[in-house]
Amino acid sequence: MSNTPFSNGIQAARLDSVELTENFGDLHPRFDDHEALVASDRCYFCHDAPCMTACPTDIDIPLFIRQIATGTPEAAAKTIFDQNILGGMCARVCPTETLCEQVCVRETAEGNPVEIGRLQRYATDKLVDAGQHPFERAASTGKKIAVVGAGPAGLSAAHRLAMHGHDVTVFDARAKAGGLNEFGIAAYKSVESFAEREVDWLLKIGGITVETGKKLGDGLSLDGLKADFDAVFLGIGLGGVNALGVDGEDKDGVDDAVDFIAELRQADDLGKMAIGRDVVVIGGGMTAVDAAVQAKLLGALNVSLVYRRGKDRMNASEFEQDLAASKGVRIITNASPKAVIGNGAVREIEFEYTDNDLKSTGQTVRLQADQVFKAIGQTLEGEGLPELEWGKIKVDDSGRTSVDGIWAGGDCATGGDDLTVTAVAEGRDAAEDIHAKLSA
Amino acid sequence: MANLESEFVGIKSPNPFWLASAPPTDKEYNVRRAFEAGWGGVVWKTLGSEGPPVVNVNGPRYGAIHGADRRLLGLNNIELITDRPLEVNLEEMARVKRDYPDHAVIASVMVPCEEDEWKRILPMIAETGCDGFELNFGCPHGMAERGMGSAVGQVPEYIEMVARWCKEATDLPVIVKLTPNITNILHPAEAALRGGADAVSLINTINSITNVNLDAMSPEPMIDGKGTHGGYCGPAVKPIALNMVAEIARNPETAKLPISGIGGITTWRDAAEFMALGAGNVQVCTAAMTYGFKIVQEMISGLSQWMDEKGYESTADFVGMATPNVTDWQYLNLNHVTKAVINQDDCISCGRCYAACEDTSHQAIEMSEDRVFTVKDDECVACNLCVNVCPVENCITMRTLEPGEMDERTNTPVQADYGNWTAHPNNPMSTAAE
Repeated sequence: MSNTPFSNGIQAARLDSVELTENFGDLHPRFDDHEALVASDRCYFCHDAPCMTACPTDIDIPLFIRQIATGTPEAAAKTIFDQNILGGMCARVCPTETLCEQVCVRETAEGNPVEIGRLQRYATDKLVDAGQHPFERAASTGKKIAVVGAGPAGLSAAHRLAMHGHDVTVFDARAKAGGLNEFGIAAYKSVESFAEREVDWLLKIGGITVETGKKLGDGLSLDGLKADFDAVFLGIGLGGVNALGVDGEDKDGVDDAVDFIAELRQADDLGKMAIGRDVVVIGGGMTAVDAAVQAKLLGALNVSLVYRRGKDRMNASEFEQDLAASKGVRIITNASPKAVIGNGAVREIEFEYTDNDLKSTGQTVRLQADQVFKAIGQTLEGEGLPELEWGKIKVDDSGRTSVDGIWAGGDCATGGDDLTVTAVAEGRDAAEDIHAKLSA
Repeated sequence: MANLESEFVGIKSPNPFWLASAPPTDKEYNVRRAFEAGWGGVVWKTLGSEGPPVVNVNGPRYGAIHGADRRLLGLNNIELITDRPLEVNLEEMARVKRDYPDHAVIASVMVPCEEDEWKRILPMIAETGCDGFELNFGCPHGMAERGMGSAVGQVPEYIEMVARWCKEATDLPVIVKLTPNITNILHPAEAALRGGADAVSLINTINSITNVNLDAMSPEPMIDGKGTHGGYCGPAVKPIALNMVAEIARNPETAKLPISGIGGITTWRDAAEFMALGAGNVQVCTAAMTYGFKIVQEMISGLSQWMDEKGYESTADFVGMATPNVTDWQYLNLNHVTKAVINQDDCISCGRCYAACEDTSHQAIEMSEDRVFTVKDDECVACNLCVNVCPVENCITMRTLEPGEMDERTNTPVQADYGNWTAHPNNPMSTAAE
């Protein structure tokens, strides 16, 4: 090993392979059987449970926890998958502390909720690891449906449509299905190629063809899809990345956080991932935290996460903020980027202190940086899309767009938080609407 | 500081906590540990006749029922009486009694239902210096098949006969241990009294099958693919035992018969409850088997504290104090009206009270859109189910309506006077409808 956290510039192998393996291990190791029994035992089996209401996919949480407690985790998994076919990934990435676990009555009573997320993972892993797919496909309807985007929304829609007997073709621009599950979340949240295994497991329903390397506007057209298929579902996500809009943004060392995260997820050897010594991440959402934490885990000496408003306005949950802090990420709030400084490559970045309304205080601060990651939001890409609203495809509650025969869901569509679990719900609900319409 | 010293049928012990005749009292080693830990007395594991001892199964002897967090609520056993030679037990008992003269050592005995057998063995055991005898007429498994244990306890005439033989054979106190596997506990208790017994102890274990192994299709504990009914004990049986103790204590014929209370006693509070219903002392087994002998220290400190708080100087001060309040249903005051009240500050909005009331009771709890749960006084019959299913202690309580206050369910004011079923107009047998 030639490099250390102190090595100058953007360098690979700052840590040895043992440290890297440990750093990128499972964030929450799965429960063993005993832990799952103890944790499930704490559920009160609430009436019309608040956790269930808080879940965007309406998983019957008290029921699945009772099924774990009574020794049938496979039945628990079926309960979860009935509502959320990507329940395995959601168990890993859901911000449970702001969803189900936040409203758990034991959080109210003791400040210590039932560990719903980890119990969900315990149950879903049982079935996925065993390769058991609990659903059967209905008799073929002969209807053909195109799903564009193999992320959470698209996969969820595709599975539900296939289950109803439709023939589904899923197109994705990347070389691999999975979308943000595969390319967009921190590696320690989905170890052991879980995203890939989950897709393989999901496809066992049958009736789904995945075509990778196919992108709208590049080999695919909405008109063409409309002509060739009985219905189209768009789950194309947000392909563009917002620019900082400051001087020097084009200097070397200034990168998009989503690219860094994707590259890291696909890396065969983390020792080959280069990272700066002094890393600055700009943004306040999950992507910013994922990038900052992983920069630190790769061995960056200093990692700062800089957000332009106050801590309470950050999109990243408190849990994520605490995680970043615990890994040694310095969180700086109320600072907006002003200029990227450096000769060819970034050397420093200047911020201006701003209040929660982004009003400047006139004060500035410079942070040393040899690498800057931009994580200030993503934008919808593509032309000839159905009507937009606030930069997203406008949909109704069933996912219908302005164009007859085209549905949309997930991050590319209006409504819902940009969460995996919301995307799954939207994909599922659009699929049900498509099915209802095609069956009418 | 309350004095916990206990005297039961003339047998003194430093406190009223005895270990019941069971595995914890099978050997000198265990009993010494028990006394060192603080137990006031032991009833030695049941002794049988001379000669080759009984043999136990070599597979599992216990089955269990668990509550939340795998807390042991009920234990069942198929162990027999001591499987060690009589002379070994007697030697050990003598040594223990010699070293712990202030502690109670009682010999539990079970021999075939023959006068000679009982009259020969009791004096032999008495030589150990033991303080008294407990006749094991309770064990429901194994020995009962051989005409002993509960096979005797289920026939009042046998109880009376054997008790009389024993009283003729010894001057020491004789306690008859009763089986709950009968329809009316008064019959065996009265028989013991007629036979001259100094006291009864109850309950012995309840016939039970705790689980079924669904792979092997056999009851548990399973011995080579088969199971048999065993004796059930532990916290789960406490309510059954309390009732039987109360029945004997309030029955005029047996009211003066001393009772040693047994059945699921786990904490000082359980012990106090048995004693309040008339037990002069208590015997414990399952709690010790679950947590070890040290639990007696909590029993001692808890009972002392409570007695101090209540101003009781000795256990005799409160033994039987609750007995007069055990009555028949027909004498309960039908004019006493209560309503459930939910404390909104303590409520955690789990909704279990609502589910229980709405699905299985009287639809007397209202749930608002923001999950506030309130009692509908005009529907509430005061059944107490909501109180019992609520996970937060004292969050739901029952409020007693004052005389004159309107009961919204019946639209009648609460009456001040006492009125029970015997005089109720709906009772065709009503006796005093003036």
